[in-house]
Amino acid sequence: MGITLRDIHKRYGTVHANNGITLHVTEGSIHGILGENGAGKSTLMKIMAGYVRKTGGTIFLDGKPVEYAQPAEATRLGIGMLYQDPLDFLSLSVLENFMMGRRGGLSSGKAGYREQLKDLADAFSFHLDPDRAVRELTVGERQQLELLRLLALGVEVLILDEPTTGITSLQRRLLFEALKKLADGQKTVLFVSHKLEDVEMLCHKVTVLRAGRVSGEMDRPFHTPTLLQWMFGVPPAPPPCAGGRRGKLALAMEHVSAPGGRTGLRHCSIEIHEGEVVGLAGLAGSGQDVFLRVAAGLNKPREGKMHLIGENMAGKDYHAFKARGVTFLPAARLEEGLMPGLSITEHLALRQERGIRILWNEAQKAAFQIIRRFRISGNPLSTPESLSGGNQQRLLLGLIPEDPRVLLLEDPTRGLDLESVRWVWQQLVSFAAGGTCILFSCAELDEILQVSDRVLVFYNGMMVKDVRACDTDLMDLGQAIAGKG
Amino acid sequence: MQWVRGKKSSLLQALLGTGAILGTAFAVTTLILFVAGAPPLSAFYYLLSGSLGTWLKVAQVLTGWIPLTLCACGLVYSFRIGLWNIGVEGQVVAGAVAATFVLRLGAESGSPVVVLFLAFLGGLLGGSLWAVIAGFLKIKGGVNEIFGGLGMNFVAQGITLWLIFGPWKRPGVGSMSGTELFAPQFWLPTVAGLRLSPVGLALTVAVLLGSAWVLGRTRLGLALKGIGSNPKAAYLQGLKPNRSILIAMGLAGGCAGLAGTFQVTGVYHRLIPAISSNYGYLALLVVMLANYRISAAPAIAFFFVCLNVGAIQLPMMLQLDSSLSGIIQGALVLAALLVYGWRKRKLTMET
Repeated sequence: MGITLRDIHKRYGTVHANNGITLHVTEGSIHGILGENGAGKSTLMKIMAGYVRKTGGTIFLDGKPVEYAQPAEATRLGIGMLYQDPLDFLSLSVLENFMMGRRGGLSSGKAGYREQLKDLADAFSFHLDPDRAVRELTVGERQQLELLRLLALGVEVLILDEPTTGITSLQRRLLFEALKKLADGQKTVLFVSHKLEDVEMLCHKVTVLRAGRVSGEMDRPFHTPTLLQWMFGVPPAPPPCAGGRRGKLALAMEHVSAPGGRTGLRHCSIEIHEGEVVGLAGLAGSGQDVFLRVAAGLNKPREGKMHLIGENMAGKDYHAFKARGVTFLPAARLEEGLMPGLSITEHLALRQERGIRILWNEAQKAAFQIIRRFRISGNPLSTPESLSGGNQQRLLLGLIPEDPRVLLLEDPTRGLDLESVRWVWQQLVSFAAGGTCILFSCAELDEILQVSDRVLVFYNGMMVKDVRACDTDLMDLGQAIAGKG
Repeated sequence: MQWVRGKKSSLLQALLGTGAILGTAFAVTTLILFVAGAPPLSAFYYLLSGSLGTWLKVAQVLTGWIPLTLCACGLVYSFRIGLWNIGVEGQVVAGAVAATFVLRLGAESGSPVVVLFLAFLGGLLGGSLWAVIAGFLKIKGGVNEIFGGLGMNFVAQGITLWLIFGPWKRPGVGSMSGTELFAPQFWLPTVAGLRLSPVGLALTVAVLLGSAWVLGRTRLGLALKGIGSNPKAAYLQGLKPNRSILIAMGLAGGCAGLAGTFQVTGVYHRLIPAISSNYGYLALLVVMLANYRISAAPAIAFFFVCLNVGAIQLPMMLQLDSSLSGIIQGALVLAALLVYGWRKRKLTMET
């Protein structure tokens, strides 16, 4: 089924998120949609998926104009969307999720669905245990499940929003193979991403969006500089590289084991010095998440010793860690990092530590300052949920207290475009230059290699590699991540 | 500046919302009156004249407004931190019991002013304690505050009945009409001719203003809001959610306890089984209708008591049951929740 968009508009108040987008996607093709954050990709895809109402324009399926206003109607017409964060039911099993949204009588037997799930999974070499709770799956596995579910619903046009974020490279390979197979079978795939590499590897054709408009379209083979120019106006420079420095001992762990995550953390010993930028590599949930939370005082170690700037932290809670200059920024910005409903000014007012009264003038001044310094497109009254993902991250960075000693960051550039990634690292590196040690987890090995002084690799809850960034490369790290270090 | 415009349109939205709420409630009530075969216009007239027709009536309304507003004030604290303090009813009762305890102790000796002051202090602490227990159950035992609070309500009611029929029973035999009346010098003084207590009124206004200040201007108020919005993020930003939950519950219970004390010292002059007059539960409706803001609560509380007092006329004048006031209150709150829910949904659909 081919899909055509003609002159699609979407306005949110004064913001023109989609400004006259016209686009044709051929049946049986993989069509890439590129663009930086805020370019209008997500809005356009949500319109196609029936999740957001368009303000103007027409959608054609196989040349016939269609109107729909709900995801379920879109699915009935054969359009399905795989969201960045899978919209599944965590407490239900894989099979129950797979059956969700199916029409059928009460008698619809589980056995039939179990068979169908198995056949579909085999066809794409996915390994999904139908009886496991979805809660226990990785993001990549949940994505596989959602993909199969949409296919079983008879979806002909499949929209994927940033599907390679947060999944392993093996899962990515499986996904790409599956998408190619689908395109060969005359399904139509829309692949939304800001990762050039993925798009170039996979897509037949690419449409680039910029500021709500189509800024260019290109067929395979792609010319990367042109694509970058369409995305950003001017191609961004690669992130600056931090030099090797070595200050005083900031954080030390001795045989620390801690519960948490899928694997926990086992027998971790490490010394981190002031000014060091340390990248934590590993498949999602291999222990680096627990490591960061232990270092922040959020997870209590079961055994082992931990010292923070010379002080023994045994039995201390997060507040004691924070008082010694530890700052932890979670990956789930809106769920864990920011307070929806509170304005930027209020977020800053909460940092005031003295007195009973809030000094609103000061808070507002600070808000203006941070908005300017961190280039947040919002105002002091903006609430985090009204900001885009990139701006939420900027706000979170803006909330880092003055002069942090240890910065712990969970996937700090997740979902950001290249320009924002570069900018975020500029800020972070300037912290490091002031003597802050930075530990961050990241799904992108390239990025880790580019910005780190030192790389730690986690596998199955253990730290299996500790190496200077200039002494290693992608292959080397990749092997360690896969447990072959 | 762009964000000033945003403010204006939200004001317009608020007006539209209020209109929709009032319109819906009015329509539902009119419909029910038609079905009941009563003339709607005269019903509304009697509601109005029955509550605000004479100074005596106004005084009666204000006497109900005092405990209801105190409870509503308290509930804003607990709602602000994201807790459903259903236990407010029990906190009123606990405050009333504590105040009665103080008055009984002081009845023999103390000067009335001191004893009354201590009674209010005792009521405040009693209500606070009752709420803090529910808070402890939540943070230490993981008991949802709704269930904990509901349980504590039954306990408070049980203790009241036991006291009235047991240790504090009237000379001779205990009765549902409550304990013995206190000596009149231990009653809150009233304005001559009207049964209205200026002290109670002043106290309520002070609590209102104080709460508005705490919630809007202090770091504590903002901390409650932040934790209510996202406890995890608030914790990461350095706030202490568990401690704040106890503080919010303590303040909520304290306000409710003052309401209970007023019921004892200013209205019934004794402890009776139904000492709370259900003002705790009614205050939940008031605060929901106020969209959890303290600024709107006093006016809504006043309106609600007007309905309650005015409805007393209905059986005499129109052979209507006085529960009509409850219907109007319920319809208002449901309409309000509908409008707020709809508005929220529209907002999330847009982003």
